[in-house]
Amino acid sequence: MSTEITKASVSTVQSSGFNVERIRRDFPILDLQIGDHPLVYLDNAATTQKPKVLIDSLNKFYSEQNANIHRGVYFLSEKATDAYEKSRIRIANFINASNAREIIFLRGTTEAINLVAQSFGYRFFQKDDEVIISILEHHANIVPWQIICELTGAKLKVIPMDDRGVLDLEVYEKMLSDRTRMVAITHISNAIGTINPVKEMIEKAHQWDVPVLIDGAQSVPHFPIDVSALDCDFFVFSGHKIFGPTGVGVLYGKEKWLREMPPYQGGGEMIRTVTMEKSTFKDIPDKFEAGTPDISGVIGLSVAIDYFESLGIEAIQAHENDLLNYGTKALEQVGGLKIMGNATDKSNVLSFVLTDIHPHDIGTFLDSEGIAVRTGHHCAQPLMKRLGVSATARASLCLYNTREEIDKLTVNLLKIKNFFS
Amino acid sequence: MNELTELYQEIILDHNKRPRNYRGIDKATHSAEGHNPLCGDEISVSLRLNGDQIEDISFQGEGCAISKASASLMTTLIKGKSLQSAKEKSSVIKQMLTSSEEPDDSLEELGDIIALSGVRRFPVRIKCATLAWHTFEAALNGKKETTTE
Repeated sequence: MSTEITKASVSTVQSSGFNVERIRRDFPILDLQIGDHPLVYLDNAATTQKPKVLIDSLNKFYSEQNANIHRGVYFLSEKATDAYEKSRIRIANFINASNAREIIFLRGTTEAINLVAQSFGYRFFQKDDEVIISILEHHANIVPWQIICELTGAKLKVIPMDDRGVLDLEVYEKMLSDRTRMVAITHISNAIGTINPVKEMIEKAHQWDVPVLIDGAQSVPHFPIDVSALDCDFFVFSGHKIFGPTGVGVLYGKEKWLREMPPYQGGGEMIRTVTMEKSTFKDIPDKFEAGTPDISGVIGLSVAIDYFESLGIEAIQAHENDLLNYGTKALEQVGGLKIMGNATDKSNVLSFVLTDIHPHDIGTFLDSEGIAVRTGHHCAQPLMKRLGVSATARASLCLYNTREEIDKLTVNLLKIKNFFS
Repeated sequence: MNELTELYQEIILDHNKRPRNYRGIDKATHSAEGHNPLCGDEISVSLRLNGDQIEDISFQGEGCAISKASASLMTTLIKGKSLQSAKEKSSVIKQMLTSSEEPDDSLEELGDIIALSGVRRFPVRIKCATLAWHTFEAALNGKKETTTE
């Protein structure tokens, strides 16, 4: 039975023309040796490696295009501004936003959630209002809400999950009320890979006229995202998790909300006029982009997205599903290994514990074999507590990973078991 | 595997598997919780001081092989010692764990705990090894909690 499934997935991959060896050659770092071992990079949920086209684009920007954007009247500044604003349109198209004004460039997912929590919360939250998040959230989608709740007297409600890592939607429905001011949910759990039924959850919230923020940090590199079809009110993601540079991220917000929200930071670029008595602010998106942004990063992000889309999202998904199925079966054959998170709808994360061996010891051992995995609480301490562990080891896969790399992981987990027994 | 076997010496693996003084203490006079925010590891150290002597010392909690072995070795080293002597050892061992130098011969009298010195080559793991010692000192200083931050 298992062989048949495997064969079927392989043929899907081959028929789609997805050539992982050719793709690996696009990523210079994948040739690296760690000590005596070739790098096996399985920490893609933390950050992805960068294709040469992106590295070249950053090089080109600083070699031939660098200037500050907006208000420059000279050639280079106009060029840089043009490239920066074209990137905004590119990102809007990528996630199917209805208007490029709804795209705000920030430092990453964390800053985007903080912006919404602070600005939206300041404007709309009052004492005893409620914000709904879930037990699956990354600290970046917990702490900003705690901070604004503390300031406004609003309360945080947390959707629980079952032992597989699936959210309890019945409880969620009962939580929604006329006190709810915001639902903020991760699309995919970074720690255990659960894919949440966000479309359904958004519909439920909208029945109460409650806006929904989707944390797309983990979904954007693996799924086609259509914010118009989802009808989410906010969608946030980081560039570096989708083969782009660190330091740049995206906040999509529906225009009707962004217009009502006050600025998050003040400074240059975001003002219309400033006097010592009072300042007036620009329209969106500039209102939320104070100071000089990460210009090369924003331009690089659209280069990374061009690259990502050129591979074909369906082919990427077929390859990644094959890896996840293969990896799940391989790890399950390691005696004493327990995979955390067994949702039917699951993305490319294999989070596990191995007998009573601490994940940090697993991580150090794997590192000595050139294998990079993340170990610890994955910035999801409440989730770890719910799972009854203090930490897990996590292998997170993406489009350039191979079955051979998973085999190396499996073989070394068997060695680790012997070593610590 | 050389650096790895230097880190995970037999003594370490043994103390990880069979931690000594891994229990609570009757009539503890001092105790503290130690927390490593990097990995979420938590240990508690309790001791009973009688006059100037550490009559008993124990630890409990969750941690990796390094932090567990370090705590276990610490208890075996300190139990029965005078307060002054224990404080001196704590200072010498923290120095050994964080120093870029090879441990010199004068440290040999400390016994098995020298096995921890391999951690110096693994900068991200040093805090695992120092957690127990920080927690011990916090307990002596009357602090209820400490972190390796």
